[in-house]
Amino acid sequence: MRINCPHCGLRSNDEFSYLGDASVVRPDPAAPNATEAFYAFGYERANIAGPMQELWYHAAGCHAWLVVTRDTRNHEILDVKSAQEVALERQKAAGTAQ
Amino acid sequence: MPRSDRYSIFSVFLEGLRGQTGWGQAWRQATPKPNYDVVIVGGGGHGLATAYYLAKRYGVKNIAVVEKGWIGSGNVGRNTTIVRSNYLLPGNIPFYETSMKLWEGLEQDLNYNAMVSQRGVLNLYHSDAQRDAYARRGNAMRLHGIDSELLDRDAVRSMYPWLNYDNARFPIQGGLLQRRGGTVRHDAVAWGYARGADRLGVDIIENTEVTGFRISNGKISGIETTRGFIGANKVGLAVAGNSSRVAGMAGLTLPIESHVLQAFVSEGIKPFIDGVVTFGAGHFYVSQSDKGGLVFGGDIDGYNTYAQRGNLPVVEDVLEGGMALMPRIGRVRLLRSWGGIMDMSMDGSPIIDRTPIDGLFFNGGWCYGGFKATPASGLCFAHLIARNETHEVARAYRLDRFRTGHMIDEKGMGNQPNLH
Repeated sequence: MRINCPHCGLRSNDEFSYLGDASVVRPDPAAPNATEAFYAFGYERANIAGPMQELWYHAAGCHAWLVVTRDTRNHEILDVKSAQEVALERQKAAGTAQ
Repeated sequence: MPRSDRYSIFSVFLEGLRGQTGWGQAWRQATPKPNYDVVIVGGGGHGLATAYYLAKRYGVKNIAVVEKGWIGSGNVGRNTTIVRSNYLLPGNIPFYETSMKLWEGLEQDLNYNAMVSQRGVLNLYHSDAQRDAYARRGNAMRLHGIDSELLDRDAVRSMYPWLNYDNARFPIQGGLLQRRGGTVRHDAVAWGYARGADRLGVDIIENTEVTGFRISNGKISGIETTRGFIGANKVGLAVAGNSSRVAGMAGLTLPIESHVLQAFVSEGIKPFIDGVVTFGAGHFYVSQSDKGGLVFGGDIDGYNTYAQRGNLPVVEDVLEGGMALMPRIGRVRLLRSWGGIMDMSMDGSPIIDRTPIDGLFFNGGWCYGGFKATPASGLCFAHLIARNETHEVARAYRLDRFRTGHMIDEKGMGNQPNLH
């Protein structure tokens, strides 16, 4: 499995370390359902069989966090973006929703 | 019934004289009935053991095991065959010791040669801190009446003189030995339980995939399969590796991630290593099969996956661990490597419990320690399904323990499944 880092190009997966699902968002600790939401955030996993957005860290390269879309059934990598870019897009989407 | 249904020296002798014509099938190819009292989803080691103990010890009559592939096609045929009960935490020790005791009587119980071989499991330590941790583990085991011995360097050297004792970074200082640990022929465990369950009237339905559950008013009434609907009063899930996918069909979200663990076997060589040895500084464990192949493995790959194959960085890492520990395997050729999908739970320990759906029971989250647990897992799951109460040695394996904070975290890694 090789990941096409936007900064470094195609690199072997042993240069990266894995954090997991990139679609989950840290809940609001002030929300009334915060206890339940933090339980789900900490312990429940969608454990998707199919394309999944994941956080990978290019530890042996540019030290960037990446959001990699990868099919968990066959390891095919469908998309790689920098996590910063994804976060900004999310902020922008949340901003327009308000 | 075939002429020689019970395996013994006499039946082997008799069939030798009669041209091996009296052997029957180990289990029937069952066609699903419209209704069962209990349906077990998953015909791996745990599912078959559950069905066996349900019929044998709990007197349940009308049982089916539904398996999407064939018996032995999943993790029960993919593991590295090691059995041991060298755990540290109170929630785990009695359970795994129950399993060890069942292994010790398994072949007589099943009338099946599972090649149970108590050849000893030796975990090596390479630092003072690791020695202290192993001493603590060994003492915890002894407090529970389980055999364990802390060996110094010389004692290890007398067992395995050819290990690399003076590796500059990871010299071998000694090891923790459980002599009752060892290996069991994994396929034979599946076949033995399947045969045993079949003889007690359990229907083993292969090549039948579950596609959904029929649930009304919070109670289960059966399963939808690729061969139609099968009614059931109670359904037990024993589908580790795919637990999230199957439980997802019943609307459940589990504290589990699926990861791949690779295993390896070398070409057959002459007798070389007569026990199980693990490297404490990296992650490498090895034993030798009766065919002569070195069977070994290491860490999981570390990313979510359902593909039953891993990647090369972990292959390299495992082989480096092997070379650091026993340089003389460098000339042995690798024969095969493969992968199996593990249910990695949030604390590294399993789950055997009810679910919020009445009549639906869950067994999973075995991480990469499922094989050694097979008999006790089957026994405790059968107890839970038959009596609707938790078996005393599996009380800690609750589905809600992450919510209540009663985690059983042997490695102290927290909710990072790829670190357990």
